[in-house]
Amino acid sequence: MSAGLMPGRCDADVAVIGGGLVGLAVALGLQEQGLKVAVVDEGDIALRASRGNFGLVWVQGKGDTCPEYARLSRLSARLWKDYAAELTDATGVDLQLSQIGGLYVCLSDDELAQRADMLSAMRDTLGGDYPFEVLDHTALKAKVPEIGPTVAGATWGPEDGHVNPLLLMRAMVQRFNQRGGLLSTEGPVLKIEPNEGGFRIHTRGQPVAAGKVVLAAGLGNRDLAPQVGLSAPVIPNRGQVLIAERVRHFLDYPTGHVRQTGEGTIQCGDSKEDVGFDPGTTTDVMAAIAARAVRMFPLLEQVKLVRAWGALRVMTPDGYPIYQQSEQHPGAYLVTCHSGVTLAAAHAGPLADWIANDRVHNELALEAFHAQRFSL
Amino acid sequence: MPSDSAFKRLPATPSETVQLWVEGQAVNARRGESVAAAVLAAGLGPTRTTPVSGAPRAPYCMMGICFECLMEIDGRPNTQGCMTPVAEGMQVRFQHGARASQEETA
Repeated sequence: MSAGLMPGRCDADVAVIGGGLVGLAVALGLQEQGLKVAVVDEGDIALRASRGNFGLVWVQGKGDTCPEYARLSRLSARLWKDYAAELTDATGVDLQLSQIGGLYVCLSDDELAQRADMLSAMRDTLGGDYPFEVLDHTALKAKVPEIGPTVAGATWGPEDGHVNPLLLMRAMVQRFNQRGGLLSTEGPVLKIEPNEGGFRIHTRGQPVAAGKVVLAAGLGNRDLAPQVGLSAPVIPNRGQVLIAERVRHFLDYPTGHVRQTGEGTIQCGDSKEDVGFDPGTTTDVMAAIAARAVRMFPLLEQVKLVRAWGALRVMTPDGYPIYQQSEQHPGAYLVTCHSGVTLAAAHAGPLADWIANDRVHNELALEAFHAQRFSL
Repeated sequence: MPSDSAFKRLPATPSETVQLWVEGQAVNARRGESVAAAVLAAGLGPTRTTPVSGAPRAPYCMMGICFECLMEIDGRPNTQGCMTPVAEGMQVRFQHGARASQEETA
């Protein structure tokens, strides 16, 4: 599906490597700034976290050891509503965005107390401006009558929400093409060649020449970053996801482990495993996910599972993003994060503004998201 | 029993007839047939409407992969009619939209 790139000349102002949710959000933001953008994507063989994720637009608990990340997540959640509305207006794709608050359900009193302590500490760090509530079983049952009798409670984040990540990705690709973006899906980038006018991106197909390059290739950034004087110490962390048949709507709020999509599908997940580049599934982990889901919502015991998959999170050592411009090769930017859904609106807005115009919004906190923190 | 079905049974070794109930209507079928086959042969349907758009659906692939033939069979919602052999006295209901999230004991 190459869009007819011409060899031997500058094809775009910016080439974004990686056409997942992170790369596309940045690419759309750059187009919004009036730039000509090429997205160089690996194609369907990519390890695509964008297709395997859980679809949360999530705030509560994010950045418990990094206030800059907590602020950025909140900013993005605030920007999401307008962001989704624009995408939907332009493409006609309903993203099923709902931001009416979310629940992190805790099975035991200990779990609930730890969670409450963590959120309280975050609120202190953030100067009191961090909304959440701790719900005991009774308060939780008032909100969600289907909650199981053995659940201790939940923490409630009024800014949390969820979206359909597959529809989001479809809308983003559609919008990118509408605006005349160049989308190349000819396999992995083999080499980034810095030259006097910018960068030449080599793939199996025609090379793409651009003034700037943004590395948004997820786990692929690890090998690409050193070619432009950057470092991306990202490793895969597997999450397994269970999909149950569609049932009539019963769950208004997303939770950290179970959500119901706009079509009625039940999605269960939140396992974490260090298993290298294996995106498979295992019976023991699937059983644990299912058992927790049934304890949270006993009615799920009668609901059939129809699919399961594994997907690989893109994790830095501390779990926080890297946003950094290369000193050795200015014009080369590294963008990597775990939360491509939550942060999409921030990536399309402030992050793209930085890459396009060198304007740094307060919430972007580039010093906190510099990769040198891993070498100190 | 309706007889205006587009589907005709082929001549076969005579086999036992069983009676099942489809939407409260008595339907005769051959032992060994699937519920989907019995419903089609009886000219009944659509057998469900989809959860998302409400479009009508009927059995299609007859081999367990397309999931178009989901029906409520003996109280179990979202059961594949083409993978379920008929049985004497079986109760079959068509589905409208998504199944209930829990058994409605009405």
